[in-house]
Amino acid sequence: MIGVGKIKQYSNVLDKPLSRGRQEVSLSAFAFLFSELVQYSQTQVDNIAELERRLEDAGYAVGARVLELLCHREKGNRRETRLLGILSFVHSTVWKVLFGKVADSLEKGTEHEDEYMISEKELLVNRFISIPKDMGAFNCGAFVAGIVRGVLDGAGFPAVVTAHFVPMEGQQRPRTTILIKFAEEVLRRESRLGG
Amino acid sequence: MDTNDSLRLASLWHSMHAISQQLSPTTGCAGIELLQADTFDLHCFQSLTGTKFFVVCELGTLHMEALLKVIYELYTDYVLKNPFYEIEMPIRCELFDLNLSQAIQKDRIALLGR
Repeated sequence: MIGVGKIKQYSNVLDKPLSRGRQEVSLSAFAFLFSELVQYSQTQVDNIAELERRLEDAGYAVGARVLELLCHREKGNRRETRLLGILSFVHSTVWKVLFGKVADSLEKGTEHEDEYMISEKELLVNRFISIPKDMGAFNCGAFVAGIVRGVLDGAGFPAVVTAHFVPMEGQQRPRTTILIKFAEEVLRRESRLGG
Repeated sequence: MDTNDSLRLASLWHSMHAISQQLSPTTGCAGIELLQADTFDLHCFQSLTGTKFFVVCELGTLHMEALLKVIYELYTDYVLKNPFYEIEMPIRCELFDLNLSQAIQKDRIALLGR
């Protein structure tokens, strides 16, 4: 409330602590905005791969900003430099700020050393979205994959990030898995830094 | 019932609804809300934008207004927030179908329990 109580006066705007912002926004408002983003992107592209790339690019910009903000606000201007550190930062801190909860699971790929997966039973952006049959394996989670790529890239962990539907046994709806494939240089640096 | 049947039924109902509005002796009539026939009841709910939802049920089934409200809510959630739905077109949204059948199932269980 404006003008209620005594507010400490800071002479310099930079001395002020960074506001935590409003913790919640309307899900409906977000869903409509996201829906418009997807619809607009659809008018700008000819094929599904391009649509995926556009959504990912939109997410990338979010990710780059989120990294900057959270490193300052939550981590006292430090950022993770190790692979597992940054992954758990994405899985818990970033997820919590963006979606209000930590991600359902974070796993290492079984086939490849450089692959990690963040899985979510019901991704927030997909809550109201049904993909038409003719669009095949397209997943609007591409936006979230973009966010993850933005965070990782900004932190110095270049990676290829993609979103996939994975059918679950005994579940009607498939879950969404965000697949992270790190660049070779990241793994080389990681092994040099040692355990 | 296939898509053509649905379209035929919907357009038939739409015209009847519109005619009833004009024929009504009272002013500001919003159209038929309940049609009681010999073998079925038809409950209709019209949203503010003019989209009509109707349910055909057995004679004297209760709480259909509430069910229609629930269906309207599902429509606003899973159809209008879906970027791949084109407005005024037949609804082909997996999540809507899924939640709709769940809502009706739940309604049926509630009826049996009563």
